[in-house]
Amino acid sequence: MSLNEIANRCGEWLRGSGPESDIVMSSRIRLARNLADYPFIRRCNDIDKANLESTVRERISGNEQLSDLSFINVAELDLLDRQLLVERQLISRELANSDGARSVAIDPQERLSLMVNEEDHLRIQVIKSGLDLDGAWQQINQVDDEIESGLTYAFHPKLGYLTACPTNVGTGMRVSVLVHLPALVITKRIERVFRSAQKINLVVRGLYGEGTQAMGDFYQVSNQITLGKSETQLIELVQEITDIVIEYERKARDFLINEKQNDLFDKVSRAYGLLQNAQQISSEETMHLLSRVRMGVNLGLIGNLEIPDINQLFIRTQPAHLQKIHQTELDTDQRNIERANYLHDQLKLDTQDPEMN
Amino acid sequence: MKCTKCSKQAIFHITDLTGDELLALHLCHDCAKEYLHNEEGDDESGQMSSVISQQLSPLQQTTEEVRELDARECPICGISYYEFRQGGRFGCPHDYVCFEQDLEQLLENVHGATVHVGKQPLRGVRDTESQTELIRLRREMKEAIENEDYERASSLRDKIRSVETEGQKR
Repeated sequence: MSLNEIANRCGEWLRGSGPESDIVMSSRIRLARNLADYPFIRRCNDIDKANLESTVRERISGNEQLSDLSFINVAELDLLDRQLLVERQLISRELANSDGARSVAIDPQERLSLMVNEEDHLRIQVIKSGLDLDGAWQQINQVDDEIESGLTYAFHPKLGYLTACPTNVGTGMRVSVLVHLPALVITKRIERVFRSAQKINLVVRGLYGEGTQAMGDFYQVSNQITLGKSETQLIELVQEITDIVIEYERKARDFLINEKQNDLFDKVSRAYGLLQNAQQISSEETMHLLSRVRMGVNLGLIGNLEIPDINQLFIRTQPAHLQKIHQTELDTDQRNIERANYLHDQLKLDTQDPEMN
Repeated sequence: MKCTKCSKQAIFHITDLTGDELLALHLCHDCAKEYLHNEEGDDESGQMSSVISQQLSPLQQTTEEVRELDARECPICGISYYEFRQGGRFGCPHDYVCFEQDLEQLLENVHGATVHVGKQPLRGVRDTESQTELIRLRREMKEAIENEDYERASSLRDKIRSVETEGQKR
């Protein structure tokens, strides 16, 4: 599997299907696992890391149930390719930027990714389109069992799965739902929603924004604790809070449609117009405008666009994707011009580019 | 869970991974707003490190006790409690056993619990002592090589092999 191929295709979680997909972009579960016979990563030297990586690769490649996984040697990739994998949510920034032997195994649909030598020896991740936490859990639980059949995990009878950081110990599980909340942002209700989400932990994070800035009105709902509750209980907690957030966003959308239709239509149409006609545009502005267009499509205000197309534009207008698609390195100014050209091509008024489908 | 800056209910749970230091923040609405608002500021980082060290060194302990605890090392990977506090990451699975008592309060603060109730490994909870032993033997072998004590290194290598074959038989 080449990375150029990846840049030009579409991960399955972007297809915009699955329950509640007008608001929920994706459901993701990750498990942190460590082998019992190696120190945690921070105490591994280069030789340990190399041995660890090859042991894991060997065992997983030998497992028939996991045979559709392809390993990518992250240590050998250049900066652009590593960034591409980050933009696609297949690897973390931490894995992209760390040192020593490390890799990621990915299935062809990009539903499953398995990072080796991140903060923990293994970080298993499953992403589903829309709100499908049970589906994600079923799959990752099975993958976890398969991996464990060839390796011995560090496990403590009282503390559960042992992780490098004690904030992950126990289940080692992080459940995250990526929600698109443009109407709550426009109606300035977003903070109130956070307050009412007191029961569980709402981690505020943008889709690609650095730190806590929520770019494109994407927020992530996820569990903070990993110990003392079972996997199913943690999933239920995140599900519960997600349902509330969805309800609030729907109410805010209804309010905009019923009470502020002209304002809303104006916002959406301006965003669409800018994306179609800008001559240069930053990644941040693109996300902001795409967010409004995405809401417009969901509310039936824009007829000739589909959600999967918009979802893909969020990814393909990211810096590394743009450069991969153009097969040249571009500086920020050049990227802003190319991004505008790309958006112009993709959002042509009459016909859809076949590349989009 | 309480806010780490005041005593109100924590709503925002932020794990900040900038730099080497791990910041696990549990903040109420007001403190979170302030934190997120000030995030850009450089002088924040100093303030935040004190939040994590508060988490990691219970206030009821005297300086003397803290110093003693900081100096303690894991016999398997050699990491000290001080190093753990600094980086927020452990050195090997055995640290959870070695620092178990001191960890309890931290786990209670972070998770509101100290006992795992979820999934267990498919093959049951196995005795991983020999595996932990491998971590120590490999470390000692590395040290022996660094000290050019090749005789000891080769005897350690044999030991590692025998533990490994023992493990495969099971």
